[in-house]
Amino acid sequence: MTALTFTLKAELKQRVDASPLTPDRLTGKSPSEVGAELLQCGNRQIRTDELFSIEGQNSDSLVFRGATGKLDYIGKGMSRGEIHIEGDAGSYLGMHLKGGRVVVSGNVDAYAACEMKNGEILIRGNTGDFLGACLPGNKKGMAGGVVIVKGNAGDRVGDHLRRGAILIEGDAGCYLGARMTAGTIAVLGKVGDHLGYGMGRGTVLLAQVPTSIPPTFNDCGTHTLGFIPLLLKGFQGLETRFSDMSGPLRRVRRYAGDMCGLGKGEILIAV
Amino acid sequence: MNINGVQIDATFAEAFPMRATRVVITAQNLKWAYYAAQAMAGFATSVIACGCEAGIERELDPNETPDGRPGISVLIFAMGGKGLAKQVETRAGQCVLTAPTSALFAGIAEGEKIPLGKNLRFFGDGFQISKRINGKRYWRVPVMDGEFLCEDTTATVKAVGGGNFLILAESQPQALAACEAAIEAMKKIPNVIMPFPGGVVRSGSKVGSKYKALSASTNDAFCPTLKGQTKTDLSPEVESVMEIVIDGLTDEDIKKAMRVGIEAACGLGAQNGIRRISAGNYGGKLGPFLFHLQEIMA
Repeated sequence: MTALTFTLKAELKQRVDASPLTPDRLTGKSPSEVGAELLQCGNRQIRTDELFSIEGQNSDSLVFRGATGKLDYIGKGMSRGEIHIEGDAGSYLGMHLKGGRVVVSGNVDAYAACEMKNGEILIRGNTGDFLGACLPGNKKGMAGGVVIVKGNAGDRVGDHLRRGAILIEGDAGCYLGARMTAGTIAVLGKVGDHLGYGMGRGTVLLAQVPTSIPPTFNDCGTHTLGFIPLLLKGFQGLETRFSDMSGPLRRVRRYAGDMCGLGKGEILIAV
Repeated sequence: MNINGVQIDATFAEAFPMRATRVVITAQNLKWAYYAAQAMAGFATSVIACGCEAGIERELDPNETPDGRPGISVLIFAMGGKGLAKQVETRAGQCVLTAPTSALFAGIAEGEKIPLGKNLRFFGDGFQISKRINGKRYWRVPVMDGEFLCEDTTATVKAVGGGNFLILAESQPQALAACEAAIEAMKKIPNVIMPFPGGVVRSGSKVGSKYKALSASTNDAFCPTLKGQTKTDLSPEVESVMEIVIDGLTDEDIKKAMRVGIEAACGLGAQNGIRRISAGNYGGKLGPFLFHLQEIMA
């Protein structure tokens, strides 16, 4: 069976909530029922087949094609299967994701992996702000799974992160790991200011020395930590350079903080 | 049955059900992994008084261990899950946590879980850090040499304890040489341990005693100095008997180990004073697993 493929018929003028189009919700539905799914678009609802031409049958593997940059909430709450986006994705990609895999070949807007619980998100391009964060006003961000960003990430990555790993192979913006409760964020490139702001627990692992270490993080010295090879080995089988980084990240300088908060988080910087 | 001049008795060894787990100890090098493993498996020869039976199963290459360092796998057996949990936790805390550069991981993934680092983490006094990697929780406990990395739990499985055979020889040195040959061969079998010192026990026991307080006592039928004093099972030329006890994850593992062990002992043959291979047969009083020597060697 070929993947169930949604190709946009025209460029979207308004943003569309694509959350009804997940393997969980489309399983067992006939092509006409899939086409009749209603999608919120601005202040009205539109049938799926009005926006997309639909091909294929395998509802466990979905593909989105065309000018997909205004499709929000792709994969929201999904628990299994795969979604491939051949292009950009809108905001809230993989929000509340419980399982399965989401792959984006282009860039993604803000709040990707928002309050995600499990599963894998692979973004080959860049992401907007609040990757793996929680919704404004909430206090529980991403709580499991792995997010891989091959490009750069915006500000506030992992805001209120609780568990899981965010692996960024490019640069990351300001307030990386702000208010983290636990979990791991790793960055190969540069990071912005206010690193680990208000961090309670958790690990930020950096391959490059940041321009500044916040004064509320205390230097704990240079160490060889046994959990790092174990952590990186855990990413084997995923499409990430981190699985081969146990050499460069073997020794790290450890900074504990944020001492303005609980102070049990750590920034580990490769030396 | 006779192998190389050694008589294989038409008898069986009796074994009993146990609960077991495997843990993996890694360290900076094998030397330090051995120190930790030997301590953890120390004073664990018999459940009669040690609380558990434990032994080193084998060495592990760095590519076989979770953290990519040299390691040792240790098997621990006890009569039940609760007893096993207590022994594993105590030994992990006193013998592995304390050993320089060591880390401790579960060696069995599926089964009823018991704590490994789950409670040891409190040694970190609030500075311990939890990491969940590939669905498993690990604890990083700060210690004076760096960090002690320990998996949260290990799994337990049903197992078999007390598989055994006896080597009857014309002299003590000859009995010991046959035991050493057997142990060398049996160490290569996975999923088994021989928990006694060097894998060999010279004080084989029978069930019961003339003293009410004791549940086991010396196996007088196989004591060479009592040949004229008790209902002996020894012929005049036998001067020394030694036993090899085997605990295994399954009865098949024990059978494999018994076969290679008896083969190795018989390899020395009658010309080296090895006269008979027998087994601890307690008439069905000890346990439900019966290992018939002649069937195993057929």
